[in-house]
Amino acid sequence: MTPSENPEAKMTDMSADVSPSRPPRAPADQPRLPKDQLLRIHELMLEGRVLEERLIRMQRQGEGYFWIGGPGEEAFNTCLGLLVKKGQGLDHDYLHLHYRSSATLLAMGAPSIDALRQMHNTATDPYSRGRNFVGHFSKREWNLAPITSPIEVQYAIAIGTAIAQRRHGGDALTIVQGGDAGTAEGDFASCLVWASRPGAELPMLIIVTNNQWGISTPAETQHGEEHIADRGKAFGIRTAVCDGNDPETAWHAIAEAMEYVRKERKPFLLEAYVSRLYGHSSSSGSKYVSEEVDCLVELEKKLDARGWRSHEESRQMREQLEGKMQGWYKQVLGEPKPTAEEIWDYVFADRNIVGGES
Amino acid sequence: MATVVQAVRMALHVGEERLGVTDIFGEDVGPPLGGVFTATQGLKTAWNSPLDERGIVGAAMGLAMAGQNPVAEIQFCDYAYNTIDLLKLAGNTYWSCAGDWNVPMTLMTPVGAGIHGSLYHSHSFDAQATRIPGWKIVMPSNPRDAYGLMLSAIADPNPVMVLLPKALMRARAETPDEMIPGEPEDARELRKRIDAPVGADREGWEPNWPDTALELIPFGTATIMREGSDVTVVTYGRLVRVAMKAADVLREEEGISAEVIDLRSLHPYDWPAIEASVRKTGRVLYLNEDTEITNFGEHLVRRTCEELFGELRVAPRLHAGAHVPGIGLAEALENASVPTLESTLDAIRQLARAPEVGRSMRDVPMITRKKPTFDFTLDPRELSGSVIAPALFGRSVRYR
Repeated sequence: MTPSENPEAKMTDMSADVSPSRPPRAPADQPRLPKDQLLRIHELMLEGRVLEERLIRMQRQGEGYFWIGGPGEEAFNTCLGLLVKKGQGLDHDYLHLHYRSSATLLAMGAPSIDALRQMHNTATDPYSRGRNFVGHFSKREWNLAPITSPIEVQYAIAIGTAIAQRRHGGDALTIVQGGDAGTAEGDFASCLVWASRPGAELPMLIIVTNNQWGISTPAETQHGEEHIADRGKAFGIRTAVCDGNDPETAWHAIAEAMEYVRKERKPFLLEAYVSRLYGHSSSSGSKYVSEEVDCLVELEKKLDARGWRSHEESRQMREQLEGKMQGWYKQVLGEPKPTAEEIWDYVFADRNIVGGES
Repeated sequence: MATVVQAVRMALHVGEERLGVTDIFGEDVGPPLGGVFTATQGLKTAWNSPLDERGIVGAAMGLAMAGQNPVAEIQFCDYAYNTIDLLKLAGNTYWSCAGDWNVPMTLMTPVGAGIHGSLYHSHSFDAQATRIPGWKIVMPSNPRDAYGLMLSAIADPNPVMVLLPKALMRARAETPDEMIPGEPEDARELRKRIDAPVGADREGWEPNWPDTALELIPFGTATIMREGSDVTVVTYGRLVRVAMKAADVLREEEGISAEVIDLRSLHPYDWPAIEASVRKTGRVLYLNEDTEITNFGEHLVRRTCEELFGELRVAPRLHAGAHVPGIGLAEALENASVPTLESTLDAIRQLARAPEVGRSMRDVPMITRKKPTFDFTLDPRELSGSVIAPALFGRSVRYR
């Protein structure tokens, strides 16, 4: 059995023990989001996919050193990005994401060209000025903490923004996201412990996007727990498991989890089953994995069946996006690279930017 | 007259009242205990965390990034080793995102031997800490410096580590210079006002803080503790007083004049102070208690060779901890593992008496550094001693 074969089976198995907040599974042909909204989600998912495919190609052509990204997580991550209370400071959501989050960024309004810039490590890369791998976004203007290569540290750092938000009040929350393999690290346990301290519970949405792989290691060979989300139950944390490959399911799962955290000011652990469509990274070949569920293919089938967007219309939309991406890509190739002297920049801050000094 | 640990506590109180400290936290940091060394008793923002160093460092980073002003404690530096990748991350965040986020957090932790702490309460952390770029690292040796450096750490917009020599926690000022501006002179009065009573009386107790001044000690400024002309001893933390004692003994009994420099700040460090002294004496001993291989003192030896070779009369020397896996509990074992007064006396004596190398040896071309690791834009001589220097911090200090 490959991990890709069984998300549906797992969904059925788990139905008995998921938390009551999980929406009932509706038949595939019954719309659970309005037409315009789903079409917008589709367009964003498509741009995310076209972006990632361009990034993969850039790495193969030697226009970037390394690729890692999120093809296969577009359905879930697009919904997440659209549901974020976006902005700066304690009245807005803080995001501690991982390196498969490009679709979340696009849904929040980040331009694709900026990811191409980071891939090509140009001086114009707004996330790291050519210092970090692609997918390692940072945007203080939207409370998006720098994404890092270690796969667990965000679970420890998120504790701090959530403590500040608990004290501040209001309805904003801290969102922290990582993969299934990273939950074996101690920081994931730290997050559960700190989020559920009696009388000091944190307004935190803890997300695990479970693609059932850690590089080459199948999750089923390393995890004895039936669902990662079950680990939250020991801490009294409300949990749910959802099919992250279906945007209508993912939307409602995220929305309901967020509503709980915003109102109750307590943590929620949401596990979403997703796919990993181009392997771990460029180091593992970054080839399309046809055995895994492709959320975009599934959504396009659904849109076609509902008569909302035909396969032909989706194909044309993809072509248009590829054309745009091609233009941005060419633009980026002509942009300047950082200079050697820049290594000395940003070693120490001379003012407290996060404290409001400009 | 405060002890080092009372000085830390008073600085944290001033930090709460005047520099916007929002959270002082760690294991046993909040009431009822107020820290295993009592560094955090009676502070209004102090709270207990889970027994989880990675959570403590992560929470401090997140709090800082959310615009708060946290001071986190790792109970003993011996237990900070599982946080090193988070410390690295705190140090590289501002750089990696090209200035998008700074991380204004303070981390304090007791370090070093001298309390019969065996393997896991005797570690030093200066060699590890100075291996993590993006952090400022300080290590006070007396109450006044502990107070002023802690305030600088709180005011700074970067991650700052305050390494507190645990053997000096109960040490008091030895000269008026080491007293805290505004503190009561009577040690008993201060104890009554700010030390929590033991037992049932602690319930409902409130400290009566003295009105100590908001006087910061700038990073990168060393103090000349003893002036001398024969040998330079560069040290910090617990061994400052050991070096001073050694200098006094050697001056009195053997006519050796040793200059003792308390570095106070390890990164940035006061290279001009070292340079001026080495130009005068031509003989330099770097003294610290961390294990000797890839030791911070080795960096100073290397820089001395590269930049001051022509000034040296003898080879520079490092006297540090033995490179063994632990510090043993028995007195003989501990004493053989870290520098003692005896071994420091020997090291200084040998350096002072070593025959001078020939002038021709010293006339080698000098290596010019391409770029200093830290720009000293102010003359540290103007800053030596304890001064208020808001200009040094620019807009990072807001007085309220």
